Amino acid sequence: MAVSSVSSIGTTNLVSRARLLWALWVLAAIIGGLGFLERLLHGDQATDFSSYIPWGLWVAAYIYFSGLSAGAFLLAAATYVFRIRVLEPICRLALLLAAVTLPMGLLMIGFDLGHLERAYLIIIRPQFHSMMAWMVWLYTAYLILVVAMLWLSFKSVQPGRNPEAVTNDRARVRVLAIIGIPLAIGFAGGVGALFATLAAREFWHSSLFPIFFLVGALTSGTALVTAVVSWQWPSRDAAWKDLMTLLGRMLLVLILIDFILELAEFMTPSWYQIGSFYELTRYVLFGPYWYVFWLVHLLLGVLVPILLLAKTRSPVITGVAAALVAVTFFAVRLNLVIPGLITPELRGLEKAYSDPIGNRLIFAYFPSWFEWQVLLGAIAFGVALWYVVIRLFPWVFPNPAQSSEVGQ
Amino acid sequence: MPRYVMVIDQRNCIGCYACVAACKTENDVPLEHFRTRVVETVQGEFPNLRMELRSELCNHCDNPPCVSNCPTGASYKSKDGTVQINRNRCVGCKACIAACPYDARYIYPGQGFADKCTLCIHRIKQGKEPACVATCIGASRVFGDLDDPQSKVSQLLSEANSSVLLPEAGTRPRVFYIRKQSKPD
Repeated sequence: MAVSSVSSIGTTNLVSRARLLWALWVLAAIIGGLGFLERLLHGDQATDFSSYIPWGLWVAAYIYFSGLSAGAFLLAAATYVFRIRVLEPICRLALLLAAVTLPMGLLMIGFDLGHLERAYLIIIRPQFHSMMAWMVWLYTAYLILVVAMLWLSFKSVQPGRNPEAVTNDRARVRVLAIIGIPLAIGFAGGVGALFATLAAREFWHSSLFPIFFLVGALTSGTALVTAVVSWQWPSRDAAWKDLMTLLGRMLLVLILIDFILELAEFMTPSWYQIGSFYELTRYVLFGPYWYVFWLVHLLLGVLVPILLLAKTRSPVITGVAAALVAVTFFAVRLNLVIPGLITPELRGLEKAYSDPIGNRLIFAYFPSWFEWQVLLGAIAFGVALWYVVIRLFPWVFPNPAQSSEVGQ
Repeated sequence: MPRYVMVIDQRNCIGCYACVAACKTENDVPLEHFRTRVVETVQGEFPNLRMELRSELCNHCDNPPCVSNCPTGASYKSKDGTVQINRNRCVGCKACIAACPYDARYIYPGQGFADKCTLCIHRIKQGKEPACVATCIGASRVFGDLDDPQSKVSQLLSEANSSVLLPEAGTRPRVFYIRKQSKPD
């Protein structure tokens, strides 16, 4: 009697949590949908972009989502290529996450373009001296590859399929993963190179940037996979706990490597406190948006997760730490994009001519409500896409029998 | 082909902003944006002050990072050496704006394409000077063909010391500055 009463309370809690999440999604979809409509009907005029801050929240969101995709993909591809048996059960899940987060990034960059309908020109008239042209080509190849890997992976788990065909499918997936690793490294590091090659922007013009983007992609992507495995894995058995422990350890190492790179990036110009790069570093650390670095990124995205991951092996707490890293990594992306644009290259430009109604050359930026609205819409779109695909393709999660093989 | 350049003789600039107004009118530049501007900077401490008036525009570089960064070829270096934009090929990715060290570009509001100084190429084709040059009452802005030794720009650059903006950027600008040499920076 008591057991059934506890079970009924548990079910009621689950139902009310599901209703709350559903209501939040509907709210996000409505707000975001209105943002999409505004963008499609009236362009980007309600943004806070200017001639001097041409890239803002949407570009930061694009590199954030594409980083999640590349990181999740690399985790799956490395598992296939190096035959890491213990991670094999999460491969399809990681691939599907990569396939869902990339369209979210492409949606954001699509809205950032002044003429999305002309994007095909990059394919039919490629200018390969442009890093952006390379990006588009790499993304296209990567998306095709992820879909092909998912399809082969889907085929290999179909019931009644003969073992020889399954072996062939798995071999093909492995070949695609071998091709995919340099491709994903190319586009994850390449996004960093897109910024780093802009010599006019001192904050970005660093050889460390492509590496920083790649490690950031691995860190945030692994964090996302870990959080999803913690939250949505069907069987909460010993194998799942072992898997979570391993993912937690991997994530801890990645956070530390990423933090060391960040330390190098900030410490080098700050040591003697001279040079214009130092001024930009000061802007990130002590400027008007200091809290983005100190509170959102360093506290919630680095220190708290490190403490949680180092202190406990609880799968739930590991999941919470991973979710914190995955979500707050957006602050890292914002701090990479915005400071690169806030300083005029030419002395005195911020004080130059203002017209009779007071318009000036503006070097300040804070995302407008409309920009946040569109970002919320992209998140709602991604959540909906994820919700649909895991119902259409439940095989992304291994069945309990397969799950219990983990670690054996 | 001619080698068009502009010389900004800062000794003659009086800061009247007629160039800015003429450019806006001639090229239908949107209100909140500029194809050219005059930057006023004051250096030193009272009573030892020095004011600089510096006209700025697209430098029509010989090694233009905007062109290298354009993924569709919408930004291009034309045969006469000026840097131009094909509006119909621009996807509005803003890579050229981020790449330009001279902050010379903007996105045309409501139209979504990148825009900037064309050196009034439509006027040059008609045998006229760019609007900012034609209107400059102090003859501070001078336009011409550097390959013609008789041109005003060739003569000015042979007579006076000139410099370019941000030479360290390696862009090889085609806009040259002749500065007042009265006091050091």
